[in-house]
Amino acid sequence: MKVIVDMNLCQDHGQCAIAAPEVFRMDESSRLVFEAEPDESMRQYVEDAIDVCPVQAIFLED
Amino acid sequence: MPQTVVVVGASLGGLRAAEQLRAQGFGGSVVVVGDEPHLPYNRPPLSKESLLGSGPDVTAEELAAGLAFRPRASATGIEWLLGQPAASADLRARTVTLADGTVLPYDALVVATGLRPRRLPQAEPAAGRHVVRTAGDAARLRREVGPGTRAVVVGAGFIGCETAATLHTLGCDVVVVEPFPVPMVRGVGTDVGAALLAHHRGAGVRFITGQGVSELRGEGRVDAVVLDDGTVIVCDVVVESVGSHCNTEWLAGNGLDLSDGLLCDNDLHVEGRPDVVAVGDIARFPNPRFDDVPRRVEHWSIPGDSARRAASSVIAHLSGEPLEAPPFAPLPAFWSDQFGLRLQSFGSPGLADSVEVAEGSLDRLTDGAAVVYRRSGATVGVLLVNIPVARHPHYRSLVLASDQLV
Ligand SMILES: Cc1cc2nc3c(=O)[nH]c(=O)nc-3n(C[C@H](O)[C@H](O)[C@H](O)COP(=O)(O)OP(=O)(O)OC[C@H]3O[C@@H](n4cnc5c(N)ncnc54)[C@H](O)[C@@H]3O)c2cc1C
Ligand code: SF4
Repeated sequence: MKVIVDMNLCQDHGQCAIAAPEVFRMDESSRLVFEAEPDESMRQYVEDAIDVCPVQAIFLED
Repeated sequence: MPQTVVVVGASLGGLRAAEQLRAQGFGGSVVVVGDEPHLPYNRPPLSKESLLGSGPDVTAEELAAGLAFRPRASATGIEWLLGQPAASADLRARTVTLADGTVLPYDALVVATGLRPRRLPQAEPAAGRHVVRTAGDAARLRREVGPGTRAVVVGAGFIGCETAATLHTLGCDVVVVEPFPVPMVRGVGTDVGAALLAHHRGAGVRFITGQGVSELRGEGRVDAVVLDDGTVIVCDVVVESVGSHCNTEWLAGNGLDLSDGLLCDNDLHVEGRPDVVAVGDIARFPNPRFDDVPRRVEHWSIPGDSARRAASSVIAHLSGEPLEAPPFAPLPAFWSDQFGLRLQSFGSPGLADSVEVAEGSLDRLTDGAAVVYRRSGATVGVLLVNIPVARHPHYRSLVLASDQLV
């Protein structure tokens, strides 16, 4: 499972970090950092993060 | 016979409901009916970056395509019937009838028909008057505005303020008219509203507060707005952002209380019916996080949260299994972008009886301010203005911590 975030779209809303903190996190300067190849067990949380991103910046590739 | 779920309303709530039915294992037919011709698309940018970033020739199709949601990969085999409304429903016979007479029988019905903008009472003049809810609305507005356009925005709620900020950035000469003394008072309260008013004025938008519109003037096309005190504001366009109506007319005749959306229980069943659920802006449900009063919540986060629970309710009913789930207690989340300010709220600031500035100052919103909203001492909401996202979880946890749930 591969997670891609379109950084041109991302507005650092931080909603993904609330939905899937194991995969997405806001660093000290409030920029998004994320795990690009999370464990398969994270799929459901990644899908939740995709749902809550207000600008649909997160993509999932198998 | 496979079971059929009919979803009426093809926007965020309808999409999330269809996705969740599949994600939670429903294998029957899912039919989504939508009166807009577009597949579900994201509305918030219509008053913000999409309105700002589009040229005057932009079409509704282009806007909707650019904002289209990407459905979950697991959401397969969903039938979309777009471009015509559900005209009526017979909840006893379990059918939905479309405008062209097509009758859709269902085993369970998901209502996701949302809201439409309220209009000023005066029907004429009709031209030059706008609302912002759909891609079509935004395209029509964009066509009529540009540098130097004189725009009056009536109503200073979130959508009105965002639209005013966007039109200002597009070079329009903007006046906002609001009957309350401060903007967004329902969402943020008087003190924060006053601070936002000062900020917006500082950015160059004229606000006339404490006054309503008594008349729209013009032959065929609006050319002036008359306020309660007789002030005349000459204008080229008017944007009406004066609240909304729930799209429930098509459910008339079924004995439902349609006075304010659809009255739901905590599992989103409509008035105790096991086979009818509501999601999104139209659902009036109790949130035990706060109390047992059913309320509608017009936040982008609610269609997703409510669709998840509503899908569970539907699947439990269709499979004859009891619904085993903790109380449905979503934490409402809302954001808004206005004049360089990013507002983010968690919880329901509107329920508060006291307000405290926990960080920063309301006099310098640009530098960041965090406001905590309490009711009877319990934190019911927070509003963060230009607070770095890394600190949002801290403030969000304040609302979670003072949960009324036991
Ligand atoms: C301009 C704008 C800016 C916004 N900005 C923000 C923001 O910054 N932050 C935030 O949290 N929220 C924001 N929101 C609110 C958010 O977009 C809504 O909460 C969300 O769209 C609600 O989704 P819904 O599916 O419940 O309803 P809707 O999006 O209203 O969808 C209902 C759909 O049902 C259709 N329909 C109605 N009647 C029928 C019928 N009889 N038959 C078939 N179809 C029908 C409608 O045409 C519509 O497509 C904004 C909304 C707007 C309009
Ligand atoms: S929710 Fe979306 S916009 Fe916000 S940080 Fe995550 S990817 Fe970026």
